[in-house]
Amino acid sequence: MTPRTNDEWLSALEEPGPARREALSDLRARLVRGLGYAMADRSDVTEAHIEGFVQNALLKILANLEYFRGDSRFTTWAQKIAVHEAFDELRRKRWENVSLDEMIEQYEGDFTPAVLDDPDPSPEQRVTQQGILETVRRLIDEELTERQRRAMIAVVLAGMPTAEVARRMDTNRNALYKLMHDARQRLKRRMEAEGISLEEALSAFEEERR
Amino acid sequence: MTKIESSKIKRLVRNVLTTRRNEIGCEECLAQMDTFVEMKLAGKDAGQAMPLVQDHLERCRDCHEEFRALLTVLQTISGE
Repeated sequence: MTPRTNDEWLSALEEPGPARREALSDLRARLVRGLGYAMADRSDVTEAHIEGFVQNALLKILANLEYFRGDSRFTTWAQKIAVHEAFDELRRKRWENVSLDEMIEQYEGDFTPAVLDDPDPSPEQRVTQQGILETVRRLIDEELTERQRRAMIAVVLAGMPTAEVARRMDTNRNALYKLMHDARQRLKRRMEAEGISLEEALSAFEEERR
Repeated sequence: MTKIESSKIKRLVRNVLTTRRNEIGCEECLAQMDTFVEMKLAGKDAGQAMPLVQDHLERCRDCHEEFRALLTVLQTISGE
């Protein structure tokens, strides 16, 4: 593959013709190879899937050339779009048959701390965990709007991707993030008012950080 | 009664108590992710230079997943 500068990529891709075909072919090969590395440990992703992700990514790249700011290498920007395209689609597939209501229902009602799934907390830790969990549950009920409550439960407790929750709540990923940011700010104020400190909470749920 | 892993509660509590007023959302994080990853690869302190991106990546599982993948891709390609 011929190495190209950012300007060379842009000028080749902007105008139809042989230079564009060659650049597209080079870019496609590079993105396919890249996604192959990114998906190497996923047995559910085939070469055909990767070809499909790259095809969709190329369409997005061509449609968004004007938004490339030149802060990174063009190929890094393009690879980022391909990675996002692939993960977005994989998450959509993984969650397509899951209903938001059902996921949320599992975490509603009586999520009492007696059933915390910690293999072996000390008695002291367990008491603190119970106190924190009771407070968190009460504050979620008291302080959050219905939409905030649903979003927080779905994303944080049920582990649904934000894009999937957003799709089901007729909004977008950014707006959902803002909704949850506002929810966290409200919860933070109340938790601090109730005397829960970060140090205490983290030591109560002591475990390896991710 | 619902069984809740303590790791999820811990994550929730940490996420709440470390909330900042000026956070960025997923779109803004994605828009800057290529620059952030290149700084990492160049051995620069990307978190120091782009603290809002760093903060978002620590909070958002999905963006973090994409960041790790992009880093892997670029590291592998540059090592070929």
